[in-house]
Amino acid sequence: MNTFTYYPGCTLRTKAKDLDTYARSSAEALGISLVEPENWQCCGGAYTTAKDEIATKLSAVRTLNSAKEAGQPLITVCSACHNVIKQTNYDISHDEDMAAKVNNYLKLDEAYTGETTVYHYLEMLRDVVGFDNLKKKVVNSFKGKKIAAYYGCLLLRPSKALAMDDPENPTIMEDFIKAIGGTPVIYAQRNECCGGYITMEDKAQATKRSAKVMNSAQEQGADMIITACPLCLYNLKKNSGSELPVYYFTELLAEALGVKEAGNE
Amino acid sequence: MNNNLKEQVLRSSGVNVLKCMRCGKCSGTCPSYDEMEYHPHQFVYMVEKGDIETLMESKSIYKCLTCFACVERCPRGVEPAKVVEAVRLATIRKQGNNHLIPDAIPEMLDEDLPQQAIVTAFRKYTK
Repeated sequence: MNTFTYYPGCTLRTKAKDLDTYARSSAEALGISLVEPENWQCCGGAYTTAKDEIATKLSAVRTLNSAKEAGQPLITVCSACHNVIKQTNYDISHDEDMAAKVNNYLKLDEAYTGETTVYHYLEMLRDVVGFDNLKKKVVNSFKGKKIAAYYGCLLLRPSKALAMDDPENPTIMEDFIKAIGGTPVIYAQRNECCGGYITMEDKAQATKRSAKVMNSAQEQGADMIITACPLCLYNLKKNSGSELPVYYFTELLAEALGVKEAGNE
Repeated sequence: MNNNLKEQVLRSSGVNVLKCMRCGKCSGTCPSYDEMEYHPHQFVYMVEKGDIETLMESKSIYKCLTCFACVERCPRGVEPAKVVEAVRLATIRKQGNNHLIPDAIPEMLDEDLPQQAIVTAFRKYTK
């Protein structure tokens, strides 16, 4: 059995429980064991790129280090957590000055310098389980469903740190959709921003951005749209004004594997 | 022209603004273009010229969504979003300059708003 350190993040414990519970029940069905580290902290939601910001990067390093100490790769599900943790891991591996400052703060038994391998749940499906194997385990196919994958900004960029897929022509979510029997819908806005946290500052801007995404998917004939990000889901559902259904990709995965009810227990 | 501030922004962002060839692709791809008084390419140019205070006082610093589109698509690897971030930090690090205060949060809440939105906004707007 493959065992991974699993980092849920703050929102998966509160407003995005579906993203979390379906990820767990599906992993179990796929023979993947997810172990949550003790005392994990919120990643902060956004990576602070500034070189003179150290404290804001520490919670991500603590998470990375707990996976290192467990001797396991780290799995994330939320796009924002993934982005913060991946960028932190990239910078601590490439910026000696930052790594030194971070380790001066943390005083770990052994300095952390980027040893942990980080997978987004989608990458785990692609690289560990394999989409061909996933396909064989599907009991409820999404055959005939036109599904639009919404990458947003955080899963793909900056690609030198995230390294998940081609940042302009990604295929990982489309391959996932094919594996569960659906028909992927390609649309122009699939890797453009939904407005993100600007919903706190300027609702109108969030509405403008998220409506653009939804209309773009709808124009290409999508029946539904899937995302890995709680804030994308919120903007697309609440701010866009569109009726197109939005789901977490883990919900479709659990449904396809026949473990959706297990996730709701 | 404020050399101290310019130095601070260059050091904090780690960006070499001299690499910019002013093609404007960063602004062309920016999802907040319409909402900004100064656009990503102008941030890069104005930092080069040392005109930092104008940027620090502009609402444009709160409009960047940190979507990294400009970072990804710059043909010269300039990474304009990092410049915007460094200028915003120069502003909000000043005493009393937090752009979002905790007391303002309850009014912004609705039953579906994810915690992620709140923590991200705090990280972006508050020191």
